[in-house]
Amino acid sequence: MTEFLQQLINGLAFGSILALIAIGYTMVYGILRFINFAHGDIFMLGAFAGFYLAPKIAALMPLPSIAGTLVVLGISMALCAGLGGLIERLAYRPLRKRPKLTVLITAIGVSLFIEYAGQFFFGAAPKKFPDILPVWQVTRIGGLSLNSNQLVVLGVSLVLLLALRFIVLKTKIGTAMRAVSFNPEAAALMGVNTDHVISFTFALGSALAAAAGILWAINYPSIDPLMGILPGLKAFVAAVLGGIGSLPGAALGGIIIGVTETLVSGYISSTYRDAIAFAVLILILLVKPSGLLGKKEIEKV
Amino acid sequence: MKTWPEQFLAAAAAMLVLTGCNKPAAGPDASADIIKVGEFASLTGSEATFGQSSHHGTQLAVDQLNAAGGVLGKKIQLLTEDNQSQAGQSATVVRKLISSDGVVAILGEVASSRSLEAAPICQQNKVPMISPSSTNPKVTETGDCIFRVCFIDPFQGTVMANFAGKRLQLKNVAILTDVKSDYSVGLTKFFKEGFLAAGGKIAVEQNYSGGDKDFNAQLTAIKAANPDGLFVPGYYTEVGLIALQAKQLNLAFPMFGGDGWESSSLVPIGGAALEGDYFSTHFSPQDTTPAVQAFAKDFLAKFHEPSDAMAALGYDSLMLLADAIKRAGTTEGTKVREALAATKDFHGATGNITIDPARNASKPAVILTITNGGFKYIETVAP
Repeated sequence: MTEFLQQLINGLAFGSILALIAIGYTMVYGILRFINFAHGDIFMLGAFAGFYLAPKIAALMPLPSIAGTLVVLGISMALCAGLGGLIERLAYRPLRKRPKLTVLITAIGVSLFIEYAGQFFFGAAPKKFPDILPVWQVTRIGGLSLNSNQLVVLGVSLVLLLALRFIVLKTKIGTAMRAVSFNPEAAALMGVNTDHVISFTFALGSALAAAAGILWAINYPSIDPLMGILPGLKAFVAAVLGGIGSLPGAALGGIIIGVTETLVSGYISSTYRDAIAFAVLILILLVKPSGLLGKKEIEKV
Repeated sequence: MKTWPEQFLAAAAAMLVLTGCNKPAAGPDASADIIKVGEFASLTGSEATFGQSSHHGTQLAVDQLNAAGGVLGKKIQLLTEDNQSQAGQSATVVRKLISSDGVVAILGEVASSRSLEAAPICQQNKVPMISPSSTNPKVTETGDCIFRVCFIDPFQGTVMANFAGKRLQLKNVAILTDVKSDYSVGLTKFFKEGFLAAGGKIAVEQNYSGGDKDFNAQLTAIKAANPDGLFVPGYYTEVGLIALQAKQLNLAFPMFGGDGWESSSLVPIGGAALEGDYFSTHFSPQDTTPAVQAFAKDFLAKFHEPSDAMAALGYDSLMLLADAIKRAGTTEGTKVREALAATKDFHGATGNITIDPARNASKPAVILTITNGGFKYIETVAP
């Protein structure tokens, strides 16, 4: 029983990072009906932004510390938000009126470009991510180990998810996002600047990817330029599983994939981990082709 | 470790050298005063620190030989190709080295899976190949042209099984294997045989795939099996993270593994979580044998970083080849092959090497421990 609970905790911590990446995928898809394959690479850039920022921040304020971590997190998110907007401006906007497939192939190109540019500038060898979060005593409850990093991941994921919900449902730009998602032409006729809204969506999604990158690197402090490929793929699966276009769906999908993979690794064999995760995806899509929460118009930002 | 721009410049320079010598190679006697040796290595990618170390060792051997007048009066020219630590690349670059560059022998690789890609190609072309540090037995089983200067997994697995049973007094050991790596699977097999034969028990076996970052699931299952030690025959990239997560899950028993652990990147990632863990390897600069000390000193002087096992093996691979070419009196493939096969008691930087009938090196292993963020020499185990 203790072992099972421990595996659940492991799965939740892993799944909540996937959820954070999945939200970025699903948000861009909700607005543009387009899978941004470079999302996993923005995740990687977020981690590297943290890697290069940490020593600079350490010169200004004590690190490791919670305040320092928040500053690193904030600046990395801002940097990646700008970068996400820039990628949209340079690579995707010129293709806005072209077939969806053109944009999709471009996204794969952007992804490969970032990965190999990363290898050129950062080096291909794995780097140690600095300890930016204070090491707390690991809480132990009756043989269970609850790692403070895992708690932080859960907490930050939850806060960001709620913040996102607020932006989408309660703010003016959120309303505009939902309008563009519903019908871009009609939204434009109503005076919504669709270009701005789309850029903002990319920036927001990229900021979330950067946050996920930092959280990932805090938990697994070995980062390299290709680190975004696998989590990106899994998060994409999570987004589809939860119903692509649905924010709570992406979060739920991330958790389901994370827990499934952990339980399979722990109880069956890690060799079948990915196979079983994808089998779960196929089963769910057979029963609900639009994903778990992917109902029409619900929460589609 | 070189930074990327430097590597890029080096690669560009290597390309210039290649194009520079391709032209005279067309003439009949222009290549008469050089001996071309091909090397394929993981200079970039996930096992880059291994590839770089090994390459530096080989480079040092080339420089020393050329400074002493070369081999058979000819200078040695090392042509190095990077396989980016990726599957599939080694076959391509080795084909290129053999067919378009016309090398007399091939040196490489660190990882067994990538040596296994190149070995059939060398065998088909009857070009002798020496692997510096691939320890999986299958590598030299490919054919009679394939050699190695390191010991093999059965020996290393047995050494660690004995060490775990006798020195660490472990009775019930868990194993965590990288199922994507021939090296790791092989080491697990031979460790298990040795440990079971000596009366030990295997508490649980768990797997991961090279490239994974999260090992909490496997480690939780291992913890539940309550072993008194954990054998992790993986590579440093994952071992550091495994140690960290084991510490966070409060696994309070020692971890130990093979030569895949030895890298300057291991401790920066694993940190204090690795203290008191053990691994077997080929070489320790703390070994006081004169040949080891001479190599360690020269390496430090040239590259301004301490030498490690991969560097020493890279060095030995070229020195062994040069020795065989000298004894053969020619660079012709079959003659060099025979001379290599007849190698006996060659004094290398990694100990005295004798090539056995299966073309493996019979030589000692050393066991190191991790203390205060560094590697400490414990003992040498003879074959």
